[in-house]
Amino acid sequence: MYPLRSAALIVVLLVLTGLPLAAQSDIPIDSAVVDSATVDSVAPFPPLPPTNLEAVDVANDAGGALSLSWTLSPDDASLVTKYLILRSSGDGAPFAIIGETTQSQNNFTDNNAGENKDFYYRVVAHGEGDVDTLKLTSQANTSAVVGPTHSTAQWFHWGRLNVLIGLIAVCAAILAYINVAKSGKELYIRKIAGIEAVEDAIGRATEMGRKIFYIPGIMDMDDMQTIASIPILGRVAEIAARNETFLDVPVSRSLVMVTAREAVRDGYARAGRPDAFNEDQVHYLTDDQFGYAAAIDGMVVREKPATIFYMGAFFAESLILAETGNAAGAIQIAGTAMPSQLPFFVTACDYTLIGEELFAASAYLSREPKLLGSLKGQDFGKGLALLAIVLGIILELLDQAYDLGIGFLRILSIE
Amino acid sequence: MGESVIGAWIAAFLTLGILTFLYKDNVIYKISEAIFIGVSAGYWFITLFWDNLYRKFWVVGIEGGQWELWGGIILGVMMLCRLSRKIGWIARWPMSFIIGAVAGLYMMLYFTSNAMVQIRSTISNLTESVNVGDPYYIIGNIVVAAGTFSGLVYFYFSKEHKGVFGATAKVGIWFIMVTFGAAFGYTVMSRMSLLIGRIDFLLSDWLKLIS
Repeated sequence: MYPLRSAALIVVLLVLTGLPLAAQSDIPIDSAVVDSATVDSVAPFPPLPPTNLEAVDVANDAGGALSLSWTLSPDDASLVTKYLILRSSGDGAPFAIIGETTQSQNNFTDNNAGENKDFYYRVVAHGEGDVDTLKLTSQANTSAVVGPTHSTAQWFHWGRLNVLIGLIAVCAAILAYINVAKSGKELYIRKIAGIEAVEDAIGRATEMGRKIFYIPGIMDMDDMQTIASIPILGRVAEIAARNETFLDVPVSRSLVMVTAREAVRDGYARAGRPDAFNEDQVHYLTDDQFGYAAAIDGMVVREKPATIFYMGAFFAESLILAETGNAAGAIQIAGTAMPSQLPFFVTACDYTLIGEELFAASAYLSREPKLLGSLKGQDFGKGLALLAIVLGIILELLDQAYDLGIGFLRILSIE
Repeated sequence: MGESVIGAWIAAFLTLGILTFLYKDNVIYKISEAIFIGVSAGYWFITLFWDNLYRKFWVVGIEGGQWELWGGIILGVMMLCRLSRKIGWIARWPMSFIIGAVAGLYMMLYFTSNAMVQIRSTISNLTESVNVGDPYYIIGNIVVAAGTFSGLVYFYFSKEHKGVFGATAKVGIWFIMVTFGAAFGYTVMSRMSLLIGRIDFLLSDWLKLIS
């Protein structure tokens, strides 16, 4: 009798402590891993577990992320303090805590899931109480295991299909306009005061017998403004070579120096003066922002150029440069798309190309079919934007008033 | 201790030397300028050498065997061909690649953020404010929508600024100038903080007048 009673007592105790339930899991749990994790406490009466746990690949990403969601524990409002996310790679590997969410939050994204690696997940409803890490491994407060599931990369982001369609429309317009320009048809571009003044400014330097400075900003060739600056430099070099006026191009980046030399060399060649080009006209100073500004300030004060161009990306050095040039009596033409620096150029320079005008300048100056077509194509895009603003406001207001269900803004939504 | 004191004196001399430019170009400024340019050029050379050639090229690309970096490494080597007169033309290829890749990347980014998100926000903010019914909120969003629309008209290059179109463009440039005025004041304040930083250095680190 005593052995039977003892056995029954052991069974009752096992049931009460929850150990048999933990044994139902198909994935072995290593309590040592969980013990070593940052689990401080589990309720003596653990909350009921979360249910309906799902783990799915995050859509439209480059891989490496799995999204978990679950139904909150019925004790969420009363006993649960947080949810612990446990992950195992399977094949007997232990579960380890990879993150946690606050009470009432029923989702989590595992951003370290790698690519095409299988994982198993479970979520623990964690309550307040004494430390009892064994409870963490019991199913009393732990969801069922889900998996195996893995993350994969997607080649195409379907949430950005509208961006693709918009870009295709603009690119098609650009190509069409380039063809029109190549056919010899005149494409109209309105006058831009700052660009019109370029030739006059170079002519002034020629008349005064002084040099021209061209400052292409302090950013590298991975900045659109620097890229936009290079064709303008080529055109300035061409006019300067024709006028036999010395052009000095101090730069702050080695890649810009290489590219600017090519542009100036081409400009001199177009002017029929390749012999007049000297590589040292385009010279490196320093990568340091204020070191570059100090060097140009010194050069401007000592060499007193008649004309200075600032075309590209500028930061805090913009006012230092433009003020010094102004004090030296140079005619100054600036062009940048940096909103915080434009006010300084507007106040200290004779002409300023504002944002988009900098990008239009190269097309305007060269009248080259490809650049002209590109500029007209961009104008097509701006026309679409203007239309979208007017149409969008009208349709959305009508939608609100009469509940038409048009949903115009969905077209412009980007995930 | 001794080294930091010497360092503070050199830094103070160079700071004051650069500031003498406010009076006029002079020998002290020329010395400070030359040191500044030389040291900074050397500093950036060393920084770029260790960051790119050593850490990315050697440690990660060669020793780490990350072959996906080899595309960049090959382009870098092609760029160095520029040092030779005979094969200098090869450097044009990586240059073209960089410019093309950057243009493509930014086209997508700008189209997303500067076009689609901007248009969407302009429309949704205005229509939501009408829904809320707060007159100040509505007026504010009408101003934003009008500013965006007229600003875009100003940057439309295919039509002459005449008539209604010209008037709208004029409104646009007014919006832009008002924005510049606000940005001017804001940036001047941040420049003052740079000056305060240098004066703080002179008074605390160098002269020890401020503890």
